[in-house]
Amino acid sequence: MTGQAETTKATGTTVPLLSLTGIVKQFPGCLANDRVDLTVLPGEIHALLGENGAGKSTLVKIIYGVLKPDAGEIRWQGEPIVVQNPNHARRLGIGMVFQHFSLFETLTVAENIALGLTDAADRKGLRTRIAEISRSYGLHLDPDKAVHDLSVGERQRIEIVRCLLQKPKLLIMDEPTSVLTPQEVERLFETLRRLAKEGCAILYISHKLEEIRALCERATIMRLGKVVAHCDPRQETAKRLAEMMIGTALKAASHQARGEANGGPRLEVKTLNLKSEQQFGTDLKNVSLAVKGGEILGIGGIAGNGQAELMAALSGEMLAASPNAIVIDGTHAGKLGPRERRALGGCFVPEERNGHGAVSGMSLSENAFLSGHIRRALARNGLIDSGKTAGFADDVIKSFDVRTTGPSAEARSLSGGNLQKFLVGREVKQSPSVLVVSQPTWGVDAGAAAAIHQALMDLADSGTAVVVISQDLDEIFALADRIAVIAEGKLSQAIPIGEASVEQIGLLMGGMHGTSGGRDVASA
Amino acid sequence: MLLRLEPRGEHSRLWTYASPLLALALTVVTAAIIFSVLGKDPLQSLYVYLISPLTSTTGLPELFVKAAPLILIGVGLSLGFRANVWNIGAEGQYTLGAIFAAGLALSYPDAPAILLMPAMMVLGILGGMAWAAIPAYLRTRWNANEILTSLMLTYVAQLLLIYLVTGPWRDPEGYGFPQTALFSSNATPPMLVEGTRVHLGVLAAFLVAIIGWIVLTRSVIGFQLRVLGQAPRAARFAGFSQSRLIWLSLMVGGGLAGLAGMFEVAGPVGQLTPSISPGYGFTAIIVAFLGRLHPIGVIFGGLILALSYLGGEAAQIDLRMPNAVTGIFQGILLFFLLACDVLILYRLRGPKPAAAGGA
Amino acid sequence: MDQVIIVSFVLSVMTASTPLLLAATGELVTEKSGVLNLGVEGMMLVGAIVGFATTVHTGSSLLGVLAALLAGMAMSLIFAILTLTFLANQVATGLALTIFGTGLSALVGASYVGTAVEALPRVLFGQDALVYLALVTLFVVAWFLRRSHRGLVLRAIGDSHDAAHAIGYPVILIRYLATLFGGAMCGLAGAYMSLAYATSWAENMTAGRGWIAVALVVFATWRPIWLLVGAYLFGGIMYGSLAIQAAGAINLFGYPLVVPSQLVSALPYLATIVVLVVISRDRARIRLNAPACLGRPFHAAG
Repeated sequence: MTGQAETTKATGTTVPLLSLTGIVKQFPGCLANDRVDLTVLPGEIHALLGENGAGKSTLVKIIYGVLKPDAGEIRWQGEPIVVQNPNHARRLGIGMVFQHFSLFETLTVAENIALGLTDAADRKGLRTRIAEISRSYGLHLDPDKAVHDLSVGERQRIEIVRCLLQKPKLLIMDEPTSVLTPQEVERLFETLRRLAKEGCAILYISHKLEEIRALCERATIMRLGKVVAHCDPRQETAKRLAEMMIGTALKAASHQARGEANGGPRLEVKTLNLKSEQQFGTDLKNVSLAVKGGEILGIGGIAGNGQAELMAALSGEMLAASPNAIVIDGTHAGKLGPRERRALGGCFVPEERNGHGAVSGMSLSENAFLSGHIRRALARNGLIDSGKTAGFADDVIKSFDVRTTGPSAEARSLSGGNLQKFLVGREVKQSPSVLVVSQPTWGVDAGAAAAIHQALMDLADSGTAVVVISQDLDEIFALADRIAVIAEGKLSQAIPIGEASVEQIGLLMGGMHGTSGGRDVASA
Repeated sequence: MLLRLEPRGEHSRLWTYASPLLALALTVVTAAIIFSVLGKDPLQSLYVYLISPLTSTTGLPELFVKAAPLILIGVGLSLGFRANVWNIGAEGQYTLGAIFAAGLALSYPDAPAILLMPAMMVLGILGGMAWAAIPAYLRTRWNANEILTSLMLTYVAQLLLIYLVTGPWRDPEGYGFPQTALFSSNATPPMLVEGTRVHLGVLAAFLVAIIGWIVLTRSVIGFQLRVLGQAPRAARFAGFSQSRLIWLSLMVGGGLAGLAGMFEVAGPVGQLTPSISPGYGFTAIIVAFLGRLHPIGVIFGGLILALSYLGGEAAQIDLRMPNAVTGIFQGILLFFLLACDVLILYRLRGPKPAAAGGA
Repeated sequence: MDQVIIVSFVLSVMTASTPLLLAATGELVTEKSGVLNLGVEGMMLVGAIVGFATTVHTGSSLLGVLAALLAGMAMSLIFAILTLTFLANQVATGLALTIFGTGLSALVGASYVGTAVEALPRVLFGQDALVYLALVTLFVVAWFLRRSHRGLVLRAIGDSHDAAHAIGYPVILIRYLATLFGGAMCGLAGAYMSLAYATSWAENMTAGRGWIAVALVVFATWRPIWLLVGAYLFGGIMYGSLAIQAAGAINLFGYPLVVPSQLVSALPYLATIVVLVVISRDRARIRLNAPACLGRPFHAAG
C-alpha cells in the first residue's frame, strides 16, 4: 500500500478535511470494514471505488453517523470526533445523497427538504432559499409537488438541494448515477465540479470505472472490506482500475457467435397496453417485441419506467386485456396466469430476490418448489414430493456452485450473489422455451455475475428465447444480440447491438422516441 | 442500552419450541405474584389453579372436553394466520354453527341419530362458513379489512343468539328463562368414554389436527398458504391466487369454528342459551399462537388453555376469585409468548464489547 | 320539529360520539406514526374501570379522569414494549392487549358492579369538559399533523421508517410517544364511558366501541377532520338505536313497526361494516392515505 506517500505528495501541508484510521465494522457473519483508512482533502473529488459488497456503503454510513464503528478513529479538520448521528454529521458540515433515496413518497418537495433540516433556524424562509439554490445551480424543482409525481432525476435533485442548503464542506454521493441517463449524468458532473471549485469536497462512491476516470482526482479502492489501493484514476486505464477492484483477472463470459437465429419468434408481445396496479407505477403503452429462439433481447431503461409492469405482464402476474397480446411458442398467453405460462415453457426471474423471487424464511427446497413444481412435476395428488423437490434444489445448488449448507438452508442465510445464482439456476434448470430475467446481476459480486451471464448465454445457445431487463447498459451490451429501451412505459424498436451507440441509447432512455419530449433530457 | 437485539440470519429451531415453554414459565411466575398481591397464598393458589382440576376422576376427561372446541377452532385459525388472514371473528362463526345445528335439532328431535348427528355436523360447519363468507367476500371483492368485519359480525351473532333464545326459539316450558328446549338424545353426540362427558367432538378435534398437520406441511395448498403469509408477492409470482386462498382460509376457519359450536351445544351444553361459549373463539387465537400456528402444537396449546378454564372455575370455588382472572392469565401468556418469540429471529446481546472478535 | 327536541338530539349525539372521537383521535396519531394498535377496546375498558374506581375512592372525578389517562398509557406502554422493542407482531399484540384488558377490567371491576358515581360536572350547554376536550384535541391534532414540523416528522416516520432513520430521526422513540398518546386518549375514552355516559361500571361496557374507533380511522382515511364526521355519524346511529329501543317501535307513516331490540342493537356494528366497505373499495385512496409502514416492525442495524 503506497497510499500514504501519494497523499502527502498531492496535498503538501493541507490539513485533511476528513481522515479515518483503522475503522472496523462487524456484522453477523460478515466483516464489512476491516481497518479501513481514508483521507479526504478540502475541495477535492475523491472516489471510493469497489464492487458491490466491498464495504463502501458501510463506511459512508459510519462517516454520516448512521452506523457506529466497532473500532477506529475519525478526525474532522484534524480534530478527533465521534459522529453521534446524522444530525451531528450535518452540523459538522457533512451532507449525503443516498443510493436509495431517503425520500418520502407522499410528502411534497418542500416537506422532504424540511425533514432534512433538523435545526428550526434552517427552515426559516425555506421556500425562497430552495428557489435560490435551484436557480444558481440549475437544479429546477417545484416545492409543492409530491415526490411520487417526480422522475428519478428530479428526486435526486431534492437530495442534492437538501444538502446544499446546509452549505456542506463534504458531500457524500452514494452510487448517484445508477438511476440516471448518460445525459443526466453529465449534468450532475457539472454540478459536482462546480461545487468542488467552490471548496466543497466530494466523496464519490461508485463501481463505474469510466465515471470515476472522468470525474475524480483521487481514488481509494476497497475490496472485501479492506482498502487495497490508492491511485489517481485519471492516470489509470479502466482495465487497471477493474483489476484493482476485483483482485483477479476475470474470465469474460464467452459470447459465442450465434449468427442469425432461425425460425419464428418463441416470445411475441403485440401492442400490449396495461394499467399499472402500483400506486406510483407506470402504465405500459403499445409495447411490442419479438424474440426468436437462440436470441437474447436486452431491454434498457431507467428504473421506474415500466420495467416492473413489463415483467409482471410477461410472467402473468398481471394479465393482458386480450389473449393474443402475448404469445409464447405460438400459444396465445395474454390471459393465462403464471402457472399456465410456466406449463407453456415460460420461466421468470424477477428483479427483487427477497419476497418476490424467493421467500426468505423458507428453505431452498421450498423455494425450488415455488416456481419449479409445474415443469419439474414436484407434486403428486396435491402433496409435495419432498424427495424429488430436494433433489431438484440440490441439482441447482451443484450446477450453479451456490455456496450454502444444502437444500434445507433458509434462503435468507445466503448472500445476495449466491441467492441470485440459485434463482437463475432454478429457472434455467427447467429448460424453458422463454426466459425473462430482470436485473440479473443487481447487487451481485463480480464472480457470481460472470457465472450468471455465462448461464444466460448458454441457455440462449441451447435454443431458448431470452429477455434481459437491465438498468446496466454495460451488461446489456455484453450479453444481448439486440437492445430495446423502455421509457415512460413505451418500448423502442429493438436495434442490433452492433449498430447501437451509447448516445443513441441514452436519448431513448430519456424518452426521445420522437413521440414525446422527455422532461429530463439535457439539450446536449 | 443494556441489551441489544442482533439478527440471527436464520430461524432458530430451538427457540421456536423453547419460546412457548419460557412464556409459560414466566406466566406461572407472574400468576404467583398476582395471587400474592390479591392476598392469597401463591403456592396454594397455583395448586388450585393448575393441579387440582386434574386430580379428580373427572378432571382429565373434562380437560379434553374443554380442549376440543379450542383445538377445532385453533387449527382453522392457524391455517389462516399462516396466510396472514386475520379471522378474529371465530367466536361469531362458532355461534352461528351452534345456531344452525340447534335449528335442526329442535325441528327434528325424533329423527334417527344416525341421520340427525351427521346432518347437524354438516349444518354446524355450514353455519360457521356462512358467517365467515361475509368477511371473505368483503375482503376479496371490496378490500374491507377482515379483522374488523369478522369482529363486528361476532357482536351481531351474539345478538342474533339472544334474539332467538328470548324470542322465537324460547322453550315455552322453560319458566321464561332465555333458553331453548333441551335437545333430544338423538341430537346428542355419542360419548366415547362411559361415565364421562368425552364426546365425539373430542375425537373430531384430534382428527382435524392431524389432517391440518398434513395439509399444512405436506400439501401444495398448505404450501400456498404459507407462501402467501410470508411473501405475498412471491405467491403472485408463483401464480397462487390470493382471493382463493383468503376464501379457503376463512371457509376452513369458519367451518371448524361452526363445527366446534355444534359439538358444544349438542354435547356439554345440550341446548341453546345466551352463554354457550366462555370466549372459545378468542381464546383459540392464543391457542393458535401458543401452538406455533402448527396443528399438532395447537393440541398442546388447546390442552393448556383448557386447563386455564378449569383452573379458573376451581379458583372461583376454592379461592373465591373472580372468573376474570382466567382472561388476565390468558392475555399475559400471549404477551410473554410474543415477547419471547423475538428470540427466534434475534439473539440478545449484552453491551457492545470494545473490540469485536475477528471474522 | 320542536327546537328543544333538536337541541337535545344534538347534545345526545355529542354524548354518544365523544368516546369514539377520543379513542379514534388517539389511534389516528398512533397509526400515523406507522403503529397499528388493535388494543383500543382493552385500553378503553381498563381506563373505564380505573377512572371509575379512583372516582369512587377519592370522590374526585378529576383524579378519576387523570387515573384513567395514566391507565390507558400504561396499557399502551405494554404494547409499545412488545412491538417496538421486542418486534412482536402488532396485530397479535393488539389482540392480546384487548383480551388482557377485558380480563383485567372485569377482575378489578367485580366489586364495583352496582355502584354509581355522580356524572362529570357540566361546564357548557349541559355538557362536561371531556366532550369539549375531545373536540379541542381533535383540532390540535389536525393542526399538529398538518402544520407543525414535529407532525411532519411523525408522518414521515409512518411513511418510510428507513428513510427517516437514514436522515437521523429517532424512529422508535417517536413511535413510543405516538403509541402512548393513543393509549392516553383511549384511557380518557374509557373514563368518559364509566364517568359520564353510564355513571356506573359493567363488565365489557364499551361493547365494541374500541373496534368501531379503529374502523373510524379507516373511514376517515387517516384525516382528522373526517374523524369528526365519522364519530358524529356513529354517535347518531348509537343514539338512534337507543332511542328506538326506548320507544319500543318505529313510527312508520303512523303505523308502529315493532323491531326486535337485538336488531336495533346490531345497527352500529352493521353500519361499521357498511362504512368500511364503502371506504375500502377505493383501493387507490386507501393506499395513498394509509401510512405506508403501518404495522411493519422496524429494527435498525448497528
